[in-house]
Amino acid sequence: MTIVNDEPGAPTPVPAPPVASDAPAPAPTSPASVPAAIRCRGLSKAFGTARNAVVALDRVDLDVRAGEFVCVVGASGCGKSTLLNLVAGLDAPTRGQVDVVGRTALMFQDSALFPWLTVADNVGLPLRLAGMPKGARQARVEELLASVHLAGQGERRPHELSGGMRQRVALARALAQEAEILLMDEPFGALDAMTRDLLHDELERLWVERSLTILFVTHNVREASRLGDRIALLTSRPGRVAATFDVPFARPRRIEAPEVSEMAGLVTARLRQEVARHGPR
Amino acid sequence: MALVEAADASVLEGLDVLETATDVGPSRRARLWSAAWPKLAALFLVIAGWQAVVWTGWREQYLLPAPGTVLRELRSMTSQAVFWKAVGITLRRAAVGYAAAAVLGSIVGLAVARVRVLRVAVGSLITGLQTMPSIAWFPLAILLFQLSESAILFVVVLGAAPSIANGIIAGVDHVPPLLIRAGRVVGAHGASLYRHVVLPAALPSVLAGHKQGWAFAWRSLMAGELLVIVANRPSIGARLQFSRELSDAPALLAYMIVILAIGIAVDAAFAAADRSLRARRGLTLA
Repeated sequence: MTIVNDEPGAPTPVPAPPVASDAPAPAPTSPASVPAAIRCRGLSKAFGTARNAVVALDRVDLDVRAGEFVCVVGASGCGKSTLLNLVAGLDAPTRGQVDVVGRTALMFQDSALFPWLTVADNVGLPLRLAGMPKGARQARVEELLASVHLAGQGERRPHELSGGMRQRVALARALAQEAEILLMDEPFGALDAMTRDLLHDELERLWVERSLTILFVTHNVREASRLGDRIALLTSRPGRVAATFDVPFARPRRIEAPEVSEMAGLVTARLRQEVARHGPR
Repeated sequence: MALVEAADASVLEGLDVLETATDVGPSRRARLWSAAWPKLAALFLVIAGWQAVVWTGWREQYLLPAPGTVLRELRSMTSQAVFWKAVGITLRRAAVGYAAAAVLGSIVGLAVARVRVLRVAVGSLITGLQTMPSIAWFPLAILLFQLSESAILFVVVLGAAPSIANGIIAGVDHVPPLLIRAGRVVGAHGASLYRHVVLPAALPSVLAGHKQGWAFAWRSLMAGELLVIVANRPSIGARLQFSRELSDAPALLAYMIVILAIGIAVDAAFAAADRSLRARRGLTLA
């Protein structure tokens, strides 16, 4: 999928002040051997028109290799969700382009399950819409539920489940779409710490088992350090990639591990610098 | 660490059990009783008040009979063929009129909800029609269709359809945008998005519209049956009118009780449907 949009009438983004020295080179780390699953080039998105336009994303360059787990962190209002919408094709960029190789599935902070369907029917809906016959669908749904440790819970309704269980159903529904690329918009942001840590382990396991590519948006720097192969730091207004960090630690990781804390400290320091630029001089 | 760590999967399953404790509500019998006794008490108070007014001698007994007299009349009425024929004809008119209103209201509602131009054009007109007393349509209906079944149906449909259309429009308008996005993400577009996301999400409001539509249909029908009396077609409204012409107060009140009872029964059916819909979606207070 390629989205190119470069209308002359589109609003010109305000030039940003010079970026810090650790800003990425135009083409961030992407060894030629591994193909890019997501390639953003000069990606810009403005909402509104002409003078009133709000620039959500400004010339974002970001590559995600196939099989890579990339976390995007940033303060609120930095266009993280906009980035995911553009990659998912739910929205069109004002300028620049996104190339996505493979199918995408998107998960939200709210599980966004359909309350009138049972758990099994929620997970089975993408399969049904894809035209899979009923018998095959049931077997597939049962298998997907088992993979998120919800075997035998298919007949329950979303409102009968805890927040963590609902997010696992949403994860199973995303996996049902046979997508190679999982786009996640603060999926664990509303969960308690214990549930969140467990879901980190689950997500990491599924990522390995199913060779997924994951683009994971979060405001939680520690979470990003726990999960990501790389962390991209997005600045606010306009949203740009200010820095990327490699996270070289072995997996499976624990969120309490000292190296994870250290990485989180590093990213937080850089994030604070970026946020401080918006304060009074 | 000295502690043996619990396996992740078992921690996860433990949390699941802890966080989804199912509470067992009161028994079915207890719930039925707690719903029934206030209604029975209210009914008793109404009948007692009625009897009290009769005892004061405010009106002669042949104008305002006692509850006992009316209930005896009701019992003897129900053994007559003409009563059941009248009830049958009235219920058939109600069903046909309401069904036609449901079809028309649904088509108009969906069209207005989807097409912006239509919404601007007729959106407020529908609400206007809803507030128009249906009895005001009868002179026109009688001009157009004479004293016929069609005249009655015409007004019943016009009375009920706007509420049904408005229920659909409001329901579609209030579908959470997140669910629409989720629907798109899982591959629903156009008609399948409507079928699998928009309409199910709008269902509680659609049902509320139908409930209100039924109430309007029933009122319009009663007004119509009083005004438009078709020869050899006994109906509840016509029997009510005859009872007044014959100054048969017990029969008149008995027919009023029948009208009220049918209205309450259908309303209870709608309420039950609404309750089960809400319970399935977790929209009820425990």
